[in-house]
Amino acid sequence: MTVLAIKDLNVTFSTEGGRLHALKDVSFDVPERRIVGVVGESGCGKSTLINAILGLLADNGSIDAGSIAFEGEDLTRLGPAKMQELRGQKISTVFQDPMGALNPVLSVGRQMRNIQYRSGRSRSEKDARSEAMLRQVRIPDAQAALARYPHEFSGGMRQRVAIAMALMMKPALLIADEPTTALDATLEVATIELLRELQQDIACSVLFISHHLGVIAELCDDVVVMYAGEVVERGTTRQVFHTPRHPYARRLLECDPARQSGRTRHLPTIPGEVPDLRQRPPGCVFATRCDQRVDACDKVPPDVAVESGHVARCVLAEAR
Amino acid sequence: MSGILEIRDVEVTFEVGPLMRRRSILGVAGVSFDLHSGETFAIVGESGSGKTTLARAINGLQAISTGSIRFDEQRIDTLGARSMKPLRRRMSMMFQDPVGSLSPRMKVGNLIAEPFRIHGIVDKNPSVEVPRLLSLVGLTPEFADRYPHQLSGGQARRVGVARAIALNPDLIIADEPTAGLDVSVQGEVLNLLNDLRERLGLAMIIITHNLHVVHHVADRMAVMYLGRFVEVGDTDEIFRAPRHPYTAALLSANPEPDPDKARDRIALPAEVPSLLARPAGCEFHSRCPWVAARCKSEAPDFVQSETRKVACHTPLELGARPPEMEVTQ
Ligand SMILES: Nc1ncnc2c1ncn2[C@@H]1O[C@H](COP(=O)(O)OP(=O)(O)OP(=O)(O)O)[C@@H](O)[C@H]1O
Ligand SMILES: Nc1ncnc2c1ncn2[C@@H]1O[C@H](COP(=O)(O)OP(=O)(O)OP(=O)(O)O)[C@@H](O)[C@H]1O
Ligand code: SF4
Ligand code: SF4
Ligand SMILES: [Mg+2]
Ligand SMILES: [Mg+2]
Repeated sequence: MTVLAIKDLNVTFSTEGGRLHALKDVSFDVPERRIVGVVGESGCGKSTLINAILGLLADNGSIDAGSIAFEGEDLTRLGPAKMQELRGQKISTVFQDPMGALNPVLSVGRQMRNIQYRSGRSRSEKDARSEAMLRQVRIPDAQAALARYPHEFSGGMRQRVAIAMALMMKPALLIADEPTTALDATLEVATIELLRELQQDIACSVLFISHHLGVIAELCDDVVVMYAGEVVERGTTRQVFHTPRHPYARRLLECDPARQSGRTRHLPTIPGEVPDLRQRPPGCVFATRCDQRVDACDKVPPDVAVESGHVARCVLAEAR
Repeated sequence: MSGILEIRDVEVTFEVGPLMRRRSILGVAGVSFDLHSGETFAIVGESGSGKTTLARAINGLQAISTGSIRFDEQRIDTLGARSMKPLRRRMSMMFQDPVGSLSPRMKVGNLIAEPFRIHGIVDKNPSVEVPRLLSLVGLTPEFADRYPHQLSGGQARRVGVARAIALNPDLIIADEPTAGLDVSVQGEVLNLLNDLRERLGLAMIIITHNLHVVHHVADRMAVMYLGRFVEVGDTDEIFRAPRHPYTAALLSANPEPDPDKARDRIALPAEVPSLLARPAGCEFHSRCPWVAARCKSEAPDFVQSETRKVACHTPLELGARPPEMEVTQ
């Protein structure tokens, strides 16, 4: 079963210089009980994708084509009230800065109780559930913690509280946008282990965005690689990390400082610039920076299935 | 090499809690180090360990309660805002929050020209400088017309770099300069900072959670825990042989980009003590796999060698494993 199916999604922003095509023909699935990672160039449209799913695009943005099916229902056709109902109940989110999700003037217990407003539980049942949830994310002395305010927790604990709140209503889908960037390596690892455990417990799916390729490799089942608003490659984490088929995906992996064996002062980069998204090139979007470019790249490359579940949008993917 | 920055026993105190129950906490609890021109010094440590507070103190944005800070041999922690202003031009700060630190109503072009205006520099023409700085950080000139909310996180970060290097400073303090950047752009930003360091001989303090980054860019590094440096030394040496248990745990936790990599980690309890209730003795003892009876009551002094300082009673030997070896996966 597929929890989230995104098909040919196109999003544009109207800007002074014309329409900016931020997502172009984006398609991928988030299957049931899987953790799908999204990686890609800064500015490739990851936040735009999340906002489109959540119905929270900026005022100057619009979905021009395509569908976002969540449990079979097309979210692009739902009204704002219905969307609001889904958010926080069936689809929940964790962001880089947990303070954004927490209300500074309410105690954690109060906020956790508020999330359960539709559960029909009594007040003490709600508090018991909150406490259990805090215990599950390993907040020490969970009962006393309910009375505390967000600023009284350290950054790492706050992120755990945010995760507890996000998973409170047992959502079908958790969207996490760089949830561990602010944590040190020990807490980062502890947090992703926790996420994995809770995900299995609750049996939800996760859409996980991160620039940290190590975290993606460790946590995710599947990976989606984006470049300039397009999904250029997708597959299982092993397929993409071990045998990347799109030149951009390959270069991205090569640029990871973790892969430079010797110590170097000059880190590898991908030379060239992302095209202006208001004037997308007619052919392959990576052509201006690709070192394997051939004539056929002047035309829009097809999505090539190189293996079951492993797809690359590149003319060369076909040849092999 | 001359010392550009000399930090001695710096403490920063914050008052926290409701008005009637005010308590003070030590955000920075006695930090000392020197920085030389042309040197890159990295500070790592967990969220809330005081990295940003220390950076703000150096930059004069945060008053210190004890200790001293000297920049180019001049004591600066006692200077007022007026005398600090010309110095601040030589010391630029890249803030942690890329979008929040840019005023939302100003276009990128104005934001980049702002340092020239603030410091009354008239011999530079913004219509030349802005595109030059934009291209230095890998953005096209059209970005000058964008507002901050129309930028992706990475684009906003590059605007921050452009602002930081606008006035050719002697010292750059970069707080998480590459958080939220993909690895290629991260490489560009770090290479750019490194080029500037080499060309202009500037000194750099980089605060980051990304240990892979630290390894490649920093000459020396410090590991911070609850407001103190627990280990300071040469980056290569620390990566080869961490001597403080927290450093060893950090380095062993570092996620690697290989889904099949065998992981051999030093597991730590995730509960970080609150600054309101600092543990007695060694402040790391509540999480330390090597904790001994003495650690719970007696705070360790620095064990110092030529190139390394470690705050632990029994610094680790090369390749030490925790007593009951806990291996994750
Ligand atoms: N409201 C907006 N108006 C105009 N352009 C926008 C707007 N929001 C985003 N963009 C542009 O759309 C593109 C995608 O931005 P988005 O924020 O989705 O990228 P991202 O992948 O999340 O980047 P990062 O990794 O840096 O956070 C970028 O080129 C950005 O400048
Ligand atoms: N203005 C303030 N008032 C009260 N407490 C503060 C203030 N600023 C910082 N703190 C506290 O001081 C400690 C150090 O904070 P700081 O922001 O320096 O940490 P950091 O190491 O930069 O963390 P991060 O990695 O999350 O950015 C934290 O416990 C924080 O809550
Ligand atoms: S389609 Fe051509 S230009 Fe595009 S990534 Fe493949 S080889 Fe490179
Ligand atoms: S002094 Fe003791 S508790 Fe502290 S780090 Fe060393 S071994 Fe661990
Ligand atoms: Mg983003
Ligand atoms: Mg900070």
